[in-house]
Amino acid sequence: MTETRGKVVGVNGNMVSVEVDGNISLNEVGYVVIGDKKLKAEVIRIRGNRAELQVFEMTRGIGVDDPVEFTGELLAVELGPGLLSMIYDGLQNPLPELAEQCGFFLERGIYLPALNRTTKWTFTPKVKAGDTVTAADTLGTVPEGIFDHRIMVPFDMTETYTVKSIVSQGDYTVEDQVAELEDSKGNVSQLTMKFEWPVKRAISNYEERLKTGEQMVTKLRIVDTFIPVSLGGTYCIPGPFGAGKTVMQQITSRNAEVDIVIIAACGERAGEVVETLREFPELTDPRTGRTLMERTVIICNTSSMPVAAREASVYTAVTLAEYYRQMGLHVLVLADSTSRWAQAMREMSGRLEEIPGEEAFPAYLESVIAGFYERSGLVRLKDGTKGSVTIGGSVSPAGGNFEEPVTQATLKVVGAFHGLSRERSDARKYPAIDPLDSWSKYPGSVDKDATEYARNILFRGNEVDQMMKVVGEEGTSLDDYVIYQKGEFMDAVYLQQNAFDPVDAAVSVERQQHIFRVMMQILASNFNFEGKDEARMFFNELRQKFIDYNGSEWDGDDFKKLEKAILDQVESKKSGVDRLAVDILETTKA
Amino acid sequence: MQKVYSKIDAIQGNVITVTASGVRYGDLATVNSAHGTSLAEVIRLNGTNVSMQVFTGGRGISTGDEVRFLGHSMKISFSDNLLGRIFDGSGRPRDNGPTLEENLIEIGGPSVNPARRVIPRNMIRTGIPMIDVFNTLVESQKLPIFSVSGEPYNDLLSRIAMQAEVDMIILAGIGLKYDDYLTFREQLEEGGAMARTIFFVHTASDPIVESLLVPDVSLAVAEKFALKGKRVLVLLTDMTNFADSMKEIAITMEQVPSNRGYPGDLYSQLAARYEKAVDFEGAGSITILGATTMPGDDVTHPVPDNTGYITEGQYYLRNGRIEPFGSLSRLKQLVNDKTREDHRAIMDGMIRLYAAYKESLEKKSMGFRMGEWDNKLLKYGEAFERTMMDLSVNIPLEEALDKGWEILAECFDANETGLKSDLLRKFWPKQEGQRQESA
Repeated sequence: MTETRGKVVGVNGNMVSVEVDGNISLNEVGYVVIGDKKLKAEVIRIRGNRAELQVFEMTRGIGVDDPVEFTGELLAVELGPGLLSMIYDGLQNPLPELAEQCGFFLERGIYLPALNRTTKWTFTPKVKAGDTVTAADTLGTVPEGIFDHRIMVPFDMTETYTVKSIVSQGDYTVEDQVAELEDSKGNVSQLTMKFEWPVKRAISNYEERLKTGEQMVTKLRIVDTFIPVSLGGTYCIPGPFGAGKTVMQQITSRNAEVDIVIIAACGERAGEVVETLREFPELTDPRTGRTLMERTVIICNTSSMPVAAREASVYTAVTLAEYYRQMGLHVLVLADSTSRWAQAMREMSGRLEEIPGEEAFPAYLESVIAGFYERSGLVRLKDGTKGSVTIGGSVSPAGGNFEEPVTQATLKVVGAFHGLSRERSDARKYPAIDPLDSWSKYPGSVDKDATEYARNILFRGNEVDQMMKVVGEEGTSLDDYVIYQKGEFMDAVYLQQNAFDPVDAAVSVERQQHIFRVMMQILASNFNFEGKDEARMFFNELRQKFIDYNGSEWDGDDFKKLEKAILDQVESKKSGVDRLAVDILETTKA
Repeated sequence: MQKVYSKIDAIQGNVITVTASGVRYGDLATVNSAHGTSLAEVIRLNGTNVSMQVFTGGRGISTGDEVRFLGHSMKISFSDNLLGRIFDGSGRPRDNGPTLEENLIEIGGPSVNPARRVIPRNMIRTGIPMIDVFNTLVESQKLPIFSVSGEPYNDLLSRIAMQAEVDMIILAGIGLKYDDYLTFREQLEEGGAMARTIFFVHTASDPIVESLLVPDVSLAVAEKFALKGKRVLVLLTDMTNFADSMKEIAITMEQVPSNRGYPGDLYSQLAARYEKAVDFEGAGSITILGATTMPGDDVTHPVPDNTGYITEGQYYLRNGRIEPFGSLSRLKQLVNDKTREDHRAIMDGMIRLYAAYKESLEKKSMGFRMGEWDNKLLKYGEAFERTMMDLSVNIPLEEALDKGWEILAECFDANETGLKSDLLRKFWPKQEGQRQESA
């Protein structure tokens, strides 16, 4: 707490105006005191001796002249071992612990330590007395789940230090002193395993930022093959309500091939978080054999929780991600939904009576969104290892219209766009990503020429479909009809994926490449059909086989048998290969 | 603190401002005017300027009227005596019963800790096949009925109120037409459901500020009953009126409007109400069904749009029927595997065939030739609409499923339905089956 004191002079929704008698800084944390409760708040505007604070709690009961205390510190999170598998609110309050204390409801004004104070961690020192260290250097490690959690020199210690003392290997809590560092002037800092970092400042203690390129595998065929995401990249999932944004995020949080997943449930339904909350501890991560929860952190600020904390929650999530990135890990942040975060900004901006931009969003919306997504990235750390933060944000555009400000501001800064369509979700085609509108700037698991060829068939098939709606099947040529059938076929067996099928739910890259080759042979073939009925029957049969093929164990007997059946059926009607596809077939053969 | 102020500085719409000290945000006051006494709630503090929204509206209030601060926020009496009673938005009786003043509880309390929520697990039977079979209502679900003005959404709600297998009903009427209110009351009295119902009714002619209180009051009472172990179904009709009232106050307070004049926090405000739906582990539950009229049948209008993002699915009511496409209960998968083994198959199968029927119907209207299959579908579609989509029936789920099999058997051969063979063996109506074997 600083010397500065303030008193409330106005209340408007979750914003309070405060008269202060000393120095305060922007984004500093203060507490409004009512009775025996202290409500956390953040300074968002200063004018003379009057400051506006957004309160992270319900403001009912605050009166004029209530005292306000200031901490002198920015809104920060606690970093240290024990973050994994935690469930926090937007301000890093552990929710299960809060429930133990308060029961069913979230009582305001109660703040618990983010890291457990009594858990003992086995610390192994990596430096010795006399060594010189700088910020983010590793002092030692503790095992956290399957990872070696690096205990680092706090990121805000900007000088070069000499290690004065370091404890020997043993069990310590996060509050026990593990090292003493001395700077050039002889000042000594005592360090524990935890330290704080302000959420709105990016952590930049790495050697250099690298160009992204390595794929982040999601095990969704349509994503990995057609609209891939790279480690350290960004992507967004806009879609109208009911199109399956949250389900997509859930599936990705399960299957993505990354070390750690941080889920920011920002202003969405509580029910959806509960599913993750209850299911993840039961599900095994196929990569490690441990539960999925052990690689997950959930930041949960659902729609009925205070709005100001919602704004903080995405920053809390990305800060935790950057922290683990500093350990050479690949971290995925899933923010659902960034629109709610933008709306929280809009609410505050309205209360500050700022001049509104489009749809009343503040004029700084774009730069704030860009600033958030730019916290992603692949980096080389000082010890040479690589770590990354990948950000995937869902967007909930008003009325499902992608022209609105949040979607547009997001599209400017992301590397991939996975647009969901109501049409596809209504037709129960999942994942409901629109294969024609969506795009990605990242390299994928399949050669670009090949995916372009496949996408072209889809495009033309769609055209024929539109035409057929007008002229009927009778008025369509057989060649066009076959292209339409090929497009439908590809949609059904490759783009759609059954999330409830144990095999089809998650498809490895190896398998994707393999079955893409098989599908390519079908797409590139010319067939000699008598008429449309025969073509329809042919593709129906082929589709059925392919769906069974998709559901069979990778490289198992069934898999091989079905593959042969598919290829035999193709051979039986094949009359040649599309001239344009010859080269592609050659390159994808490998 | 019972300070009395006798000078009102500003009166603007339903909002008055007085110069006062020691007032807290959200506090209540009474305003004595020539037209009677009204409650008012503090909605902004700025130095000594205290702005309040007056529940009965600003009309007729004089600058010399008396304002008395009560020193607490809005409260409502809670006890079993509420059952069977009818109140307005401020909790005053609308029937001829006594005013209740004991055991006051706060309204608009904190939200439930997500870590204490459980995955929904119990179906609520309503006896309406379009709900029970195709879009099952689940305890703790929040679901709006999207429709346009003129659709019988209130009839549907009162039917659900009478038939739903829950412990009690709270009916929250917001901007209800007086006739509709009387109809509700009459139907529930006749149906014998009045004793397990509480009404909080704001009619269209009542002051709009009161309508803002109705959902909060209803849900605060529901929450207390749920904590006592009751399974409560809250019916909100119509939430578009609620949003419109919010818009009116926001504009009066000179807030910057965001979309079509609605305040920027519309989503948060609606969510704060809908998210009260919960299943308390070891106690009762709250389920919310709300009517949301879509101005101009436009689902992208801010109110239905924001609602859709909050709720767990939606029912579309069109032409007096729950539309099978678009309507979705997002939680149905959690319960419909435990009802009867053919439930999911019938649900998917019948809708798939109904979709095919719609296509055939379209083809027919465009003058394309109808094949044998098309004719079968046309027969099926007609039977489906007549039997399953009728909202006035009241049959248990099992009977509805049997009816589904009957319709299928009347219209199709077993292998045309695309249903799994083991289910067909078990449920396909017998006589029809024999006929088919011989055929």
